[in-house]
This record gives sequence, C-alpha cells and structure tokens, in this order.
Amino acid sequence: MTTDTLTTTQVYRVYIKATPEAIWTAITDPSWTERYGYTNRADYELRPGGAYRSTASEAMKRGAEAAGIPLPEVVVDGEVLEAHPPHRLVQTFRMLMAPEAAAEGFTRLTYEIAETKGGVTKLTVIHELEGAPNLALIVGGQQEELGAGGGWAWVLSDLKSLLETGQPMDWDDGLKR
Amino acid sequence: MTDDDDRVFKALADPTRRSLLDRLFERDGRTLTELEAGMGMTRFGVMKHLRILEDAGLVVTRRAGREKLHFLNPVPIRLVHDRWIDKYTERQVSALADLKHELEGGSA
Repeated sequence: MTTDTLTTTQVYRVYIKATPEAIWTAITDPSWTERYGYTNRADYELRPGGAYRSTASEAMKRGAEAAGIPLPEVVVDGEVLEAHPPHRLVQTFRMLMAPEAAAEGFTRLTYEIAETKGGVTKLTVIHELEGAPNLALIVGGQQEELGAGGGWAWVLSDLKSLLETGQPMDWDDGLKR
Repeated sequence: MTDDDDRVFKALADPTRRSLLDRLFERDGRTLTELEAGMGMTRFGVMKHLRILEDAGLVVTRRAGREKLHFLNPVPIRLVHDRWIDKYTERQVSALADLKHELEGGSA
C-alpha cells in the first residue's frame, strides 16, 4: 500500500464481546451473514484463489422489485487472497448490484480479527477503494438516504448487536424484514 | 450509556477535534504533518487531540512504510446513533405519524 492508495482507503474498527472464532464465522458462514447488515448470503471458498459470492437476500429482492430496480442474483463477487482463520481474511470485492460500481471492477478488502483483554475482540475492516469512487460512496454509507444501506459502519454496528445480544438492530428502513 | 459512549461524546465535545474529523472526512489516511497544517496549534496540541480521538475509537491509525496514517472511523458514532439516539427519534417519528393519521381524519 502506498500513501496514494491509502487516501482512498476506508478503515473501520469495532470492538465486540465475542471470540475471534465467532466473528470469523459471522463473516464467512452464510447462515450468519443472512442475519445482519444487508442480510445477503455469502459463500466463500476459504483458500487463496477461492471464489467469494454474495447473493441477494429475499428482503433485498423485494425492495428492488418495489423500487423497479433490476437486481442481479449475485450482488457482490470476488476472490479469496488470504484466509487465516480466525484472524485474517483478504479478498477482492466487486459490487454488481449498482452498474456504476460494477464498472469500477475489483477492490481489495481485508478483515483483521484480534483478541484484546476481557473477552473483547477487535475487528478492523480495511477497504482499499482506489479507482472506485462510486463504491466508496456506497460502502461509506453516503447513499443511505437513497436506499443503499449504511455501508460498513451500519454492517459492523449490526454485527456487534447480533453477536452481543443475539438480535440484529430493528431497522425501520424497509431494507429488512 | 456505556463508557464507550461517554468517550465518544467527550471526544466530540471539542471544536478542534471535530475539525480534525472533518478534515479526515474530506480526505482520509493523513499523516500528523498534514493534519497539523493550518490548525493554529503546536504539534503536541494536535497529537493530544488525536490521542483522545483514538481512545474514543473515532480515529484509527495504520502504518504505511515509515508513516503513520490517520483514518476516520465512523463506527462509534453509528453505535451511539443506533443504540441511543434512535430510541428518541423513533418516538418523535411515531408521534408525527399518529398526528398525521389524526389530522387526515383516519380512524384505526
């Protein structure tokens, strides 16, 4: 990473009262990814060169249909670059649900999961978004009012809630439920 | 209110620190040298404010070569919003919805 690419990088961090294993599972297991954030099903082949695919949830399909927006079955795709459970996952990430973001191609996404004291785990998400200004707006939560969800901050807030209380946040924006 | 929320509110209750966050919002991943330019205070003053922002989780630093870069982390603000502020705005929204319903002459 050079300083130039870092000015387009977004870094998110959240502390969660859960084990690194629980957080790793919540990120990589489809039965968990369907329960928070965008509630899409994530399928990972957890080895370098393995495929990553996120498929639209029923709620997202309903929302898109109501808004008259065409939605592909696979909403995000990419390739696993590194998988070191439960501490580090590096992958490419291309959003396919918005044509302008899809045209920007693949970006690089890193999850770092580190134990701290007192049963609290530090989760850091690093999204390198060079050459992807449209995707940067979406994952930065700046298109939330347009119905694009709140991006990483929203996803991580919901993930924390799910792992600590067993319940995701009760969103009223119509994207879910 | 948790200790974490407390730290976020205290960190935000200062115009210099809000200005540092605004500068990172405009362009993320800045060095201390970039951040202190035009702040009208000493390097140590800026470092002190950055440390308070880091303790509150609002700024995350990462090393790139010899440089330490500062990134805005919006998650703590989102957590405060989702867990604390939402509680109050929801009530207002539902009160407004009731009022609208009443004014429009609807009955449940």
